[in-house]
Amino acid sequence: MSDAVLQVEGLHKSFGGVQAVADVSFAVSAGEMLALIGPNGAGKSTCFNMLNGQLAPDAGIVRLEGRDIVGLRPRAIWRLGVGRTFQITATFASLSVRENVQMALYSHAGRLRSMLSRFGAAFAAEADALLDQVGMLDQAERTCGVLAYGDLKRVELAIALANQPRLLLMDEPTAGMAPKERVALMELTARLARARNIAVLFTEHDMDVVFTQADRIIVLDRGVLIAGGTPQEVRANPNVRAVYLGSAH
Amino acid sequence: MTLASILIQLLNGLAAAASLFLVSAGLSLIFGVTRIVNFAHGSLYMLGLYGAYSLIQFFGRTPLGFWGAVVLAALAVGLVGILIEVLVLRRIYRAPELFQLLATFAVVLVIKDIALFTWGAEDLVGPRAPGLSMAVEIMGRRIPAYDLLLIAIGPVVLGLLWLLLTRTRWGALVRAATQDREMVGALGVDQAKLFTSVFFVGSVLAGLGGALQIPREPANLELDLAVIADAFVVTVVGGLGSIGGAFLAAIIIGVAKAFCIGIGTVTWFGVEISFSKLTLVVEFLIMALVLVVRPYGLLGKPQAAQRAAEPAPRLQVPSWTFALVWLALLALVPLAADRYTTILLTDIVCFALFAVSLHFIMGPAGMVSFGHAAYFGIGAYAAGLLLKRFGLPMEAALLLAPAIAGLFAIVYGWFCVRLSGVYLAMLTLAFAQISWSVVFQWDSVTGGSNGVFGVWPSAWLADKTAYYYLALVLCGAGILFLWRVLFSPFGYALRAGRDSPLRAEAIGIDLRGFQWAAFVLVGALAGLAGAVYAFSKGSISPSSISIAQSTDGLIMVLLGGVETLTGPVVGAAIFTWLRDAVARNTEFWRAVMGGVILLIVLLFPQGLVGGLKALVARWREQRA
Repeated sequence: MSDAVLQVEGLHKSFGGVQAVADVSFAVSAGEMLALIGPNGAGKSTCFNMLNGQLAPDAGIVRLEGRDIVGLRPRAIWRLGVGRTFQITATFASLSVRENVQMALYSHAGRLRSMLSRFGAAFAAEADALLDQVGMLDQAERTCGVLAYGDLKRVELAIALANQPRLLLMDEPTAGMAPKERVALMELTARLARARNIAVLFTEHDMDVVFTQADRIIVLDRGVLIAGGTPQEVRANPNVRAVYLGSAH
Repeated sequence: MTLASILIQLLNGLAAAASLFLVSAGLSLIFGVTRIVNFAHGSLYMLGLYGAYSLIQFFGRTPLGFWGAVVLAALAVGLVGILIEVLVLRRIYRAPELFQLLATFAVVLVIKDIALFTWGAEDLVGPRAPGLSMAVEIMGRRIPAYDLLLIAIGPVVLGLLWLLLTRTRWGALVRAATQDREMVGALGVDQAKLFTSVFFVGSVLAGLGGALQIPREPANLELDLAVIADAFVVTVVGGLGSIGGAFLAAIIIGVAKAFCIGIGTVTWFGVEISFSKLTLVVEFLIMALVLVVRPYGLLGKPQAAQRAAEPAPRLQVPSWTFALVWLALLALVPLAADRYTTILLTDIVCFALFAVSLHFIMGPAGMVSFGHAAYFGIGAYAAGLLLKRFGLPMEAALLLAPAIAGLFAIVYGWFCVRLSGVYLAMLTLAFAQISWSVVFQWDSVTGGSNGVFGVWPSAWLADKTAYYYLALVLCGAGILFLWRVLFSPFGYALRAGRDSPLRAEAIGIDLRGFQWAAFVLVGALAGLAGAVYAFSKGSISPSSISIAQSTDGLIMVLLGGVETLTGPVVGAAIFTWLRDAVARNTEFWRAVMGGVILLIVLLFPQGLVGGLKALVARWREQRA
């Protein structure tokens, strides 16, 4: 696939003899929402952590727009255009919502080293524009530490969009949210991804979210990819039914 | 070295390791369950030693009297531990962790003066153990029988602790709480009882460690901080919360120290190396090495993440008018005040910069330092030595000193930013102690325990008022600069990294790099404070680099409140003024200071400035 933003080939990882991820290959294209699903312990998190630089794979290639990123630190991968959100939100709790987004913008512009200028003077308009897109502009002055969980998720999304990413990695983006909020957040993500032509890879437990929001789905079981395709194809796949429903059904 | 002398040093080291293990096991146990870094643990050891001394005198020098005294002293220290837990710590378990630390500092001060009052300032040499005063001959060398007994006691206590922890319900609770304190609370375990009992056992171990040293070591008032430093090193090298690790580390360090004494001075390739002088440093070198290779100690595990920690509050930008009004007021004081007040104010200004620089690193940058005096002291010594040994003019020495302190911070900081939390704090303490022992022992350059004399400013600054203005300008500029940096992109990056290292890395921030730079910045400014202080006193002593100086800084910051910018300045002023006022009136100023700090801790758990702000807010609410 020539238009793939992220291309993964033959990814392997084992922990003390236990094969956590074996020979996983897939690709995500620009503007596409790809869901990575699988039962607990299937190797989703391991897979994710190898893509974002927190874990080194035993073997395999991870290419971002053609460039091999295996062995790079998370912050270097971010510089290449990968935004991330976390299963448990990670924001700067003592800073305001706007300042949180401004941090990412300052960092992107390489302007965090200044010791004498006042933080917050630059990029305020850019930060507000991002907050407007995720519907958090009205809370820009509030401290992140006091926000509701669903709002924090949206702040994270704004932060993740700050470096104009080519790829968004979202680990359980709707974990801990009310069902209604979940769909709304992923609809928002899908809209932004298409408008900005961003590739999105996300893991998710909520099947409603997965089957309504993903363009394609890949299914991991015991470290091995067992199915992949459109939601309809995956829904009809007997392997997937066996994994999720048990082979007796 | 012959085989025999190697064996002797080994046995010496193992004997020393016994007490080290006991006191460290107690510290580790208490930290594991309560998450309190008990600075008063060395004081409990000291009480055990003094207590055993007095009880032996009371019971008489018979075997029964000796061993009865040792056991009773240990149990009595256990009761002191219970008192500390019930009267002080239990009331502030919900306060931020650093406040509990402040409370244990206060306890150190109080216990030191109780010991001074009860036993006096002279060293007390205890008797040999009756019935064990002979020596045993091994390979032609004579080993005190008592040492062999100590060597046996270490493993015996380890075994007993292991049985207690693995075979009893209490032990199961302790192990569970060490792994997950909140879960144990959620399961309905009475935490207050558990904490009290853990404090008792931990304190008994400290007391026993002290009491057993009675034939080997004179009881003296410096033991509290010396022992706590040793115990920190052992627990950190072994891994916090790991009793087996503490045992292993105590043996490594005990033996390493013994060998340093045994080897003495050696000439290698024409260079004379005095290993006996290394004894004060060797444990800290081992610790630095271990932490760099194994950041959680030899047998330690990564600390469980603390859930639902309160986010740090937002910092308010201090207004320029506020700062200028205060500077103007301070500039006017010498017109009305006498010489004594002017000198005291100079001290306060120096300590204010010292405290603000410490606050910068431990508050917004989130790296608690137990050894900030290193940079203050290095700055002071650099200023003094550049003046006296290199003949530089005073002005040049004063300006170069911060740069030299900064150079040391570059080296020390490189190691420190690789760690976090308590391990980071302990490593800063280690570097401060290494610096202290080099200064203390390098007579030919630093003047050793006497220090450096005749460090006076140039003629145009000889007048106390003139020097006060210089201190006010330099330290005031330093404080304003640090405050300014806190609100710069650099300062925000530090705060961001403290709030969430994970997110900081995920948006491309090289957090370690920022933290390292912050380390160097505050090191240089603490060095400036030290240099200004040195010229105002005219002399420098190793105490300017001691643990006591580091804890003074922590007290100033925590007293004023770590959550506000002005807190450290207020804390420095009150602490310095109070110490001066109390010390002029009583020999027992430490106890008074300790009492005042405890009172403040119990009344204002957010620090003075934070507490006053809360009071004002409540008063306004009532009026509205």
